[in-house]
Amino acid sequence: MPPNDILLSVRGLTTRFFTEEGVSYAVEDISFDIPRGRTVALVGESGCGKTVTALSILRLVPDPPGRIVAGSVLLGGGDLLKLPEPQMREVRGNRISMVFQEPMTSLNPVFTIGDQIAEAVVLHKKVGRAKSLDQTVAMLRKVGIPDPEARVREYPHQMSGGMRQRAMIAMALVCGPQLVIADEPTTALDVTIQAQILDLLKSLQDEIGMSILLITHDLGVVAETSHDVAVMYAGRIVEQADVLELFDNPLHPYTVGLFRSRPTLDHKGPLAAIPGQVPSPLAIPPGCPFHPRCPLSDGAGCVHERPPLEPKKEAGTPGHAAACWYAGRVAELRARQEALYKS
Amino acid sequence: MIAPAPTRPAQDALLEVRDLCTYFPVRRGLLGRTIGSVRAVDGISFALARAKTLGLVGESGCGKTTAGRTILRLIPATSGSVVFGGEDVFALPPRELRRLREHMQIIFQDPYGSLNPRMTIGGIIGEPLKIHGRARGRDLENRVAGLLDRVGLSPSYRNRYPHEFSGGQRQRIGIARALALEPRLIICDEPVSALDVSIQAQILTLLEKLQADLGLAYLFIAHDLAVVSHISNDVAVMYLGKIVEKAPSGRLYENPLHPYTRCLMSAIPKSHPRTPRERIVPKGEVPSAMHPPPGCPFHPRCPWAFDRCPVDVPALLPAAGEPDHVVACHLYH
Repeated sequence: MPPNDILLSVRGLTTRFFTEEGVSYAVEDISFDIPRGRTVALVGESGCGKTVTALSILRLVPDPPGRIVAGSVLLGGGDLLKLPEPQMREVRGNRISMVFQEPMTSLNPVFTIGDQIAEAVVLHKKVGRAKSLDQTVAMLRKVGIPDPEARVREYPHQMSGGMRQRAMIAMALVCGPQLVIADEPTTALDVTIQAQILDLLKSLQDEIGMSILLITHDLGVVAETSHDVAVMYAGRIVEQADVLELFDNPLHPYTVGLFRSRPTLDHKGPLAAIPGQVPSPLAIPPGCPFHPRCPLSDGAGCVHERPPLEPKKEAGTPGHAAACWYAGRVAELRARQEALYKS
Repeated sequence: MIAPAPTRPAQDALLEVRDLCTYFPVRRGLLGRTIGSVRAVDGISFALARAKTLGLVGESGCGKTTAGRTILRLIPATSGSVVFGGEDVFALPPRELRRLREHMQIIFQDPYGSLNPRMTIGGIIGEPLKIHGRARGRDLENRVAGLLDRVGLSPSYRNRYPHEFSGGQRQRIGIARALALEPRLIICDEPVSALDVSIQAQILTLLEKLQADLGLAYLFIAHDLAVVSHISNDVAVMYLGKIVEKAPSGRLYENPLHPYTRCLMSAIPKSHPRTPRERIVPKGEVPSAMHPPPGCPFHPRCPWAFDRCPVDVPALLPAAGEPDHVVACHLYH
């Protein structure tokens, strides 16, 4: 991919929390690119570091106890991690905006929806109040809120969960950002509302052309919306590929485990649960962080030496990288589980 | 209302629910006058056999959780009957009800909120055994150790407190507590929706194994159709307090009939990016259960609604030539 098609580059990002119980290694040395107009998914289970990654990009990690100890976040040639705070404020909500999981707690209950959205326009676009309200109404219409002229005067509690999430998306998009970070944007919603919101994000992307960094635990949501995927485990990216390649040819045993843990409507048969539990970021196992739960671990190499995230010869596309010493045996693992599935 | 004369349930039905209604009064003003009611559960009927699983699926507010709690008499029913093991649950005096509750247990969604933080794991799991006078002393300890082992936890954990455990482990503790009195039915209320994917699979697998080993029946309540149809023999789809469709889980997937079921199914994120998608989007949002629409409750949102739908309430009747596939929709009757 030519470099000018890359909107944002994260390089070697490392964020740690210095707590009373010790150092929490939340995000360790992760790198990925977000191309223009595309959706990149960060997928993983709770505590894997996906939300801390998003907060680090926006420099919203609570400090103390958190600190970005290394790395860079390059947007249009400049490093966001080196910007003075006043300039960073120009980036947030303007060039990069965020949609949170729980719209009820991220909207202010004592201001109307219209005021909250117009505030961003007044702040970043230096326009008057009347004009900002016009833009707000237009944006609410664009995200599919019926009767927007009346709804701008409503308070968050007067709206349903789905409508609130549409209002949040309107707020995130009203300044025309280049990147929207959506952190589990549909996890709190019912499945029919989730489908509407995901469809909305896709059609807005087609229309406006913004990039999306989608943070989710749900591989179904990834399949629905994303172009590229990074799978995170214990603070690191363990596998990275475009979405078709990842679903067709997963090369990390953790990714395979995630697929096989998930009941789907079109597959009957036993689930292959991953044994054990996600390690605490305060006590990440040495070597490969997944080795205590891994069906391929032989108790030797991966216990002592951490595998780097690197392209594999088993990969079907050049961008496909995995952090596993035994990627060559993953096909065999998949075949074994497939047989179990069909039995 | 006069209760119908009790009839003997079918040979293998452990639980039989008939025309169950749970309405919550809505009060307003200084005098707290009742101005209406929320029809959380509005006339549902089903039967559940021994060692089988019935899934109850629907979106928030459809009444699935209220249904589960009403069956256990944790919430008073407005009308209808629940027969468990041949006994009418709503007619039992308190002492008898307590005896019956030994056989009907519940596990909850939130493994953090449903365990007493000041009690040890051993205390939590042993409490039902003590209250019901089943065991004490050394015997109690052995039973607790056996229960921990059964749910895949080390018996050495018994002196620890809930906060020392992860979400999945806490759900195992909740299951061990539910198993303590050797129940015949467990109502599972969203037991895996707060858990990570890899842990969800562990708990679902454990529930399946316990059913095979102990012959438990499950009423499995959840919003996730994929999870429900994975674990259930039969699936009932609820919308606004009513069952709109019920079928064996495989058949429901292959041939969903009710427009709401089809909307629900088409909304589930696809399992592979290449899977083709035919999205059927219901119009608008779920109406309030205080003012449910007349006729079919789904008609204002239904893409196929016609003139009969706002007028007649559709009955839940067999369709597609299958006696065990029932649907409440005028398109089929």
